[in-house]
Amino acid sequence: MNRSPYISDAPSVSMIMLKVLLALVPGIFAYAWIYGGGILVTIALATLTALAAEAALLKIRQRPIKPHLMDLSAVVTAWLLALALPPLAPWWLIVVGTLFAIVIAKQLYGGLGYNPFNPAMVGYAVLLISFPLIMTKWSAPLILAQTKLSFLDQLYFIFNQVLPNDIKVDAITSATPLDYLKTHLKLNQTLSEISQAPIFGVYGAKGGEVVTGAYLLGGLYLIQQRIIGWHLPTAFLGALSAIALVFYVANPEHFASPLFHLTSGASLLCAFFIITDPVSGPTTPRGKLYFAAGVGVLTYLIRVYGGYPDGVAFAVLIMNMCVPLIDAHTQPRVFGHEK
Amino acid sequence: MLTALYIMLGLALVLGLGLGYAALKFKVEGDPLIARIDAILPQTQCGQCGYPGCKPYATAIANGEADINQCPPGGDAGVHALADLLGVEYKPLNAEHGAPKPKSVAFIDEKTCIGCTLCIQACPVDAILGAAKHMHTIISSECTGCELCVAPCPVDCITMEPIAETPDNWKWKYPVIPIRAVPLHEVK
Amino acid sequence: MNAILNFFKPDFLKQKRGVHPPEHKAESTQLPIAKLAMPQKLVLPLRQHIGNMPKILVSVGEHVLKGQLLATPECTVSAAIHAPTSGTILSIADEIIPHPSGLPDKCITLIPDGKDQWTNLTSLDWRNAPKEALIASLCTSGIVGLGGATFPTHIKLRSSGKLNIQTLVINAAECEPYITCDDMLMREHAEEIVQGIEIAQYLLGAEKSVIGIEDNKSIAQQAMQAALTGKPISIVTVPTLYPSGDARQLIHLVSGIEIPHDKRATEMGVQVFNVATVRALYRHFTFGEPAINRVVTVTGNVAQPQNFEVLFGTPLTALTQAAGGAKPDTTHYIMGGPMMGFDLPTPEVPITKATNCIIAASPHLFAPPPPAMPCIRCARCAEACPIQLQPQELYWFAKSDAFEKARDYKLFDCIECGVCTYVCPSNIPLVQYFRYAKSEVIAADKAKEAADLARERNEFRLARIEREKQERAQKHAERALGTKAEAAKAASAKKDAANEAPTTEAPINSATDEAAKAAKQAAIAAAIERAKAAKAAADATGLAPKNTAPANPAVQQEIAEIDARRKNVGLANTNEAPMTADAEKQAKIAAAIARAKAAKAEAEAAKQAQNLELKE
Repeated sequence: MNRSPYISDAPSVSMIMLKVLLALVPGIFAYAWIYGGGILVTIALATLTALAAEAALLKIRQRPIKPHLMDLSAVVTAWLLALALPPLAPWWLIVVGTLFAIVIAKQLYGGLGYNPFNPAMVGYAVLLISFPLIMTKWSAPLILAQTKLSFLDQLYFIFNQVLPNDIKVDAITSATPLDYLKTHLKLNQTLSEISQAPIFGVYGAKGGEVVTGAYLLGGLYLIQQRIIGWHLPTAFLGALSAIALVFYVANPEHFASPLFHLTSGASLLCAFFIITDPVSGPTTPRGKLYFAAGVGVLTYLIRVYGGYPDGVAFAVLIMNMCVPLIDAHTQPRVFGHEK
Repeated sequence: MLTALYIMLGLALVLGLGLGYAALKFKVEGDPLIARIDAILPQTQCGQCGYPGCKPYATAIANGEADINQCPPGGDAGVHALADLLGVEYKPLNAEHGAPKPKSVAFIDEKTCIGCTLCIQACPVDAILGAAKHMHTIISSECTGCELCVAPCPVDCITMEPIAETPDNWKWKYPVIPIRAVPLHEVK
Repeated sequence: MNAILNFFKPDFLKQKRGVHPPEHKAESTQLPIAKLAMPQKLVLPLRQHIGNMPKILVSVGEHVLKGQLLATPECTVSAAIHAPTSGTILSIADEIIPHPSGLPDKCITLIPDGKDQWTNLTSLDWRNAPKEALIASLCTSGIVGLGGATFPTHIKLRSSGKLNIQTLVINAAECEPYITCDDMLMREHAEEIVQGIEIAQYLLGAEKSVIGIEDNKSIAQQAMQAALTGKPISIVTVPTLYPSGDARQLIHLVSGIEIPHDKRATEMGVQVFNVATVRALYRHFTFGEPAINRVVTVTGNVAQPQNFEVLFGTPLTALTQAAGGAKPDTTHYIMGGPMMGFDLPTPEVPITKATNCIIAASPHLFAPPPPAMPCIRCARCAEACPIQLQPQELYWFAKSDAFEKARDYKLFDCIECGVCTYVCPSNIPLVQYFRYAKSEVIAADKAKEAADLARERNEFRLARIEREKQERAQKHAERALGTKAEAAKAASAKKDAANEAPTTEAPINSATDEAAKAAKQAAIAAAIERAKAAKAAADATGLAPKNTAPANPAVQQEIAEIDARRKNVGLANTNEAPMTADAEKQAKIAAAIARAKAAKAEAEAAKQAQNLELKE
């Protein structure tokens, strides 16, 4: 009987997931600062649902519950989904989305390590297609909102969908920059006119730039800790910028600048946290580059020509489908072989 | 409406022609099916399947006369391989044809052997060395363990010896993953 | 594309393949190499090398001298076994050997007589003797690779100018944690090692020699450097990173040459030897000593970890005793290092040529692994693998028994170094899966070869039976034709004689029948006569089978018994009347079977009665 190697020095799965959560913390703080503390409620709700759903499914599948819950992978899915949803989404939206992500996109495929699709993106896509109006009703950044809601008001709204003192819903929501851009481009306005709207900051959304910057910090921390490699974020951001640049140079009045695309929507969240999901992504270095580039290009195309304001979720899901093919054709050279 | 219909018909026609042409032009001459089935069978030539040898069984499978689960020496792996090759459902081994046994080699007790050559005539792979009135012996490296020599022997001098595990032919076992942490020396 | 990426990546970003586990080498380098006291018995497995089992030359009870040849190599890829000390052969039987299976194998057990008396040794002046003589002497020297691979050294040295060896690489890396035997050997016997390197270089005809040593062995490197002054041998320091000691990895590190997977190192002009092996070469040619001992590191959970010079066949218990005894919480022993070693089935195993280190394991040294989680496809294993394989893919295939796919993904290039398992966050025992997959594939390949051979034999047998049938049919046809012609002749003769008597069909038929029968019997009689004449002739000219002369009373008795049995069955005297009617023959055989079965049943009953008697 032989169990070599007898020694091991690897971070456990829980440690890896914990570091991912840590890297998300700056982003969450920035988000709460810009859009109010409701996001914390959303995250808490999503986390609880995710853990409960995972425990229930593990029990049904007769698997040991504690080790799988302790590996925190469900928590990461929950946080990513919560950050992708609108800040004042109703509680049932969060619960449905998380349930779909954990139960159907993860556990029913076999649990951790067996899901071919990114669970958070599956949850988001399902919600986006099923409840399009709610999903596009983003709350305005606090600096722009005509009325500011306190944390308790937001909490109340999430659970009861009722605003205090006859504040109208329109007063606290606004379209996202991407959404605004899409609708007003259809109205044949030019970019110079569109970018005058208050929602636009220097490059992207007002306040969105701060959140984006916080995500970038978290992402760099992950790269330094060797939790993720440089291939995926660089390829995604590079491809997205490149294709945006091409279109922008061709027609600056009709296509937004690359910097706008980088700082709006879920671009940086995607670059560092979503496409780096190891289970649904490719495993070879070249494969990672192709995968991330594909996500970048598809994101841009869906944003510009597709039916939805942000294309990240669908781009990721489409590329998840291509991962086995990408992996099979990008196998690196083995030592001692020609190629 | 009509244009759509014409387009679909046109597509069907064009694609059908294309496929037919490709089927003829790019036809690959593969092994005949019988040879491919025979390549999967273990060549024990024991007859447990009900046919006098592996080639006749392969022929029967190819003609649809025999089922794929009649070969115990091939084991479950063999049935799976046949199911994959023929594109049929896997089914467990048919117990009527015998159960898989550990691989054995025949052994002649030389004190009892009378040199009658009945076993030599029975062996399907000529793995018995001997002649009339001369001592018979099994060439162990050629014996497939089919047991066809055991019955004809008039003095019952042939036994089947299971092949012993030596450091030469020992195989690593499939790793067992404990669900909880177990001290190393207790893991079997 | 990979090349372009690698080009633009700055050095600090380039992923270093391999790992740097905690070394634990300082524990066993505090004391010099100690000689072990003579153990009570020495158990020498016959299989201590890659290749065929050697042929045993001694018998039980024989007294042998130190260095005497006990077993000689069988065919080329084999190595000899020598007596490590003088003594008496106690037994030649199956004993437990240090092998992961825990199965026994044939061993020679030697009881030392305490005198430690050498047999006659002949040294060779390697500088002046012809190379063939040197290689011939190595064939029976028992020297095999002492780095763990145990490949017979004489095969690696007989290049004899056919292969152009440019570089001789000496493997002094010793990259696995805990192991320090090569380190101590270099510190204490640098001169001998250097002389050994010269011998190897001379035998190979290599242009230059390079010693590859890890940078954590500064004392050893200094010792070697001092011994190398004035010699055209260089030292290359490689960074301490496991597994830099793997032969192909070391060649790549030291010379930049990447050996293709389907070629041997010698085909690329490089040959590799371990430091201990070249030292054994030196001792063999200078003093005539065969391979009888090696340096072994005893470390881990023992009171006094250190290195010992150990005779082959020494029981492990003697070693651990000499190291101060294993501490009470020792659970088992590991042979080899913590990355590639294996559990020993019991502490009663002997030290063999492959044993470089014994680690006494305890739960605090090697904690039990946490339960394995599912693979999260993080590809850390792929980043760390020194062979640049994709262990996570191989794992999926091995797990689902998809062995052909595993082979396509280069499963057999895996060197089982354990780095992938070391870095896996899910604690999956990856190397175990690969070992399992490899042995299954090898067994399946062997079974397929055997099946192909069986198919050929079966087809040949069927063809032979067909052919014999046809020949028989032809013979029958010829005979029928022949007798018909004779009968026709006889009939026509009769006709002539009868002078146109009215002939009907029946008389002619009966005539032909009778004629045919007569002709047949005449042919049979003629054949018998011929056989008898041939036998008589053979007897006369002395060509009779010679092996019937009574050589051995025991054999004679056996022959008599067999004849008696045959007589019983009715097959005696088959010279006469070999063509008795089939039915008669069947009846006789049936009777014989009945008799034999009865006799066997009697014997069984007697045996059982005897057993009952014994029981009572």
